[in-house]
Amino acid sequence: MAEVLVYVDHVDGSVRKPTLELLTIARRIGEPVAVHLGAGADTAAPVLAEYGAVKVLTADAPEFADYLVVPKVDALEAAVAAVSPAAVLVPSSADGKEIAARLAVRIGSGIITDAVDVEAGDEGPVATQSVFAAAFTTKSRVSKGTPVITVKPNSAAPEAAQAAGTVEQLAVTFGDKATGTKVTSRTPRESTGRPELTEAAIVVSGGRGVNGAENFPVIEALADSLGAAVGASRAAVDAGWYPHTNQVGQTGKQVSPQLYIAAGISGAIQHRAGMQTSKTIVAVNKDSEAPIFDLVDYGVVGDLFQVLPQLTEEVKARKG
Amino acid sequence: MSLRIVVCVKYVPDATGDRHFAEDLTTDRDAVDGLLSELDEYAVEQALQIAEDADDAEITVLTVGPEDAKDALRKALSMGADKAVHVEDDDLHGTDVVGTSLVLAKAVEHVGYDLVVCGMASTDGTMGVLPALLAERLGVPQATLLSEVSVEDGKVTGRRDGDAATEQLEAALPAVVSVTDLSGEARYPSFKGIMAAKKKPVESLDLSDLGIEADEVGLEGAWTKVEDATPRPPRTAGTIVKDEGEGGKQLAEFLAGQKFI
Ligand SMILES: Cc1cc2nc3c(=O)[nH]c(=O)nc-3n(C[C@H](O)[C@H](O)[C@H](O)COP(=O)(O)OP(=O)(O)OC[C@H]3O[C@@H](n4cnc5c(N)ncnc54)[C@H](O)[C@@H]3O)c2cc1C
Ligand SMILES: Cc1cc2nc3c(=O)[nH]c(=O)nc-3n(C[C@H](O)[C@H](O)[C@H](O)COP(=O)(O)OP(=O)(O)OC[C@H]3O[C@@H](n4cnc5c(N)ncnc54)[C@H](O)[C@@H]3O)c2cc1C
Repeated sequence: MAEVLVYVDHVDGSVRKPTLELLTIARRIGEPVAVHLGAGADTAAPVLAEYGAVKVLTADAPEFADYLVVPKVDALEAAVAAVSPAAVLVPSSADGKEIAARLAVRIGSGIITDAVDVEAGDEGPVATQSVFAAAFTTKSRVSKGTPVITVKPNSAAPEAAQAAGTVEQLAVTFGDKATGTKVTSRTPRESTGRPELTEAAIVVSGGRGVNGAENFPVIEALADSLGAAVGASRAAVDAGWYPHTNQVGQTGKQVSPQLYIAAGISGAIQHRAGMQTSKTIVAVNKDSEAPIFDLVDYGVVGDLFQVLPQLTEEVKARKG
Repeated sequence: MSLRIVVCVKYVPDATGDRHFAEDLTTDRDAVDGLLSELDEYAVEQALQIAEDADDAEITVLTVGPEDAKDALRKALSMGADKAVHVEDDDLHGTDVVGTSLVLAKAVEHVGYDLVVCGMASTDGTMGVLPALLAERLGVPQATLLSEVSVEDGKVTGRRDGDAATEQLEAALPAVVSVTDLSGEARYPSFKGIMAAKKKPVESLDLSDLGIEADEVGLEGAWTKVEDATPRPPRTAGTIVKDEGEGGKQLAEFLAGQKFI
């Protein structure tokens, strides 16, 4: 069976959930071969094997951390040459998309970004995208070269399927462009203890209606009762009430959780672009005319400062 | 020596309009008015600020797009860019991102550059990969997704707010950068700027000027193929209740019914 390369997104060998989703998707097309770059391959390999990686190609070098994107492209290019895969799947993160794009040009292939699903097709993998702020669903395929496809988080439920996961060293020669962009400092994002926004099954977001940073705990309390991530509209972020890293929307994070709760958010097109593919959408807004209500499965017209605390109490009570 | 800045700007259908696909599954550009992609205004703004800080700089705005795409160039010129280049050719219809990056790379080389500035993503395709592709094709460093950017001593530095970390980047010119919407509000064109823009030069180029064959771009030459585009089925109207004091409890009931609690 044809091999499918899966680029591993990890923090020091701790594999992030979107990669497990990709391994699951890769099995529909062929045999997953994981590419792990940087430290921690020993930690990652058993997890990758558990989710179906027949092989784990690994390389570690200071270049991966010290320079932007290109060293990883060099490595992935080497992996493509070693394996001749039927497709290359990469998580749709900022780095992932750029790595995938440069790889595509290098190997003379087309690229599809932000797929929400990938299936096997007669002429190669077919990717589903949700476009124009989720107003359209498209099906596309790469028609030249080895399909390079980036896939959004939450596009599949990770399914375990034990495979060998044999670890092999990948020989990488860095080109002279690899050291073009130096990373002079890096500040990892502080963990809040809450789920990662893009990966969370439930997201609770607050907007301008939250009316101040001091009120965001109302959103956080509901999120914590549900085990959810916290999001924010750009209006709330621009006002400095919540960090930009939590912004949901066109220029923020694109989320696709099982449940999205929008509180005090009107539902502007740019916000919708980031959450419209959520499976179930709930809104609390005091304006019954707010466009967000056009999207909802359940809406409450009311003051979020009344509705949310009551909901939080109720959730806690029901969860015991 | 003058700093040559090229800003890539895209002409896109208005995101607040009712966007559609045409019969050949390319973007239907007739259905909705076009405009300069809002996120590219941030690129023009940063280019203007970099130019203001430099002793001597010249800003060229560049677009690949249909006839009407001149509107996007005019907007950028009215903000303060010096001149414009429009790559326009019937054979470009349906070009995908790999093809677009080829055309932009050739055009950037044609203009001559020390720094290329792009937006973080277009508001229609929203792939956010073109700047990286351009850097790959030009063989120069990329410093992308910057929320702060400055150019000094032949180097570009900036802050990249990534998924997992905030990084400080540094690259020697020539380089390609892309800037996010956190880089700073874009200025409005002044009346003077709008009048001046009318007199600024707009150079039109076609594929042959750039030495590109028709079959390297367009729908036929594309590296990807859209097989199907379906409008999302209208959502079945959700339940909407008015809070009369029990709104939170009713919502909890709904969430429990959906097995979220
Ligand atoms: C290029 C570009 C990119 C953008 N990218 C994004 C993006 O990524 N994400 C994003 O979110 N926006 C984005 N925007 C901004 C977007 O257009 C909207 O301005 C923004 O989403 C509005 O945020 P909001 O809904 O919180 O605020 P508003 O539109 O002001 O809505 C606030 C809502 O809160 C309700 N409300 C007020 N008080 C209460 C209360 N006590 N209880 C209940 N409800 C209450 C009001 O009825 C109102 O509906 C972008 C804009 C541009 C031009
Ligand atoms: C809904 C939709 C989905 C698409 N999906 C794919 C896909 O999966 N694969 C694929 O190969 N193509 C795809 N395309 C086509 C692709 O959008 C175009 O080829 C486009 O010109 C480049 O991609 P982008 O608009 O997403 O740009 P981005 O990569 O999002 O743009 C980033 C920056 O590049 C610059 N830029 C982009 N295009 C131009 C231009 N024409 N002129 C000047 N500067 C420009 C701007 O500075 C912009 O801010 C899609 C198009 C649409 C409308």
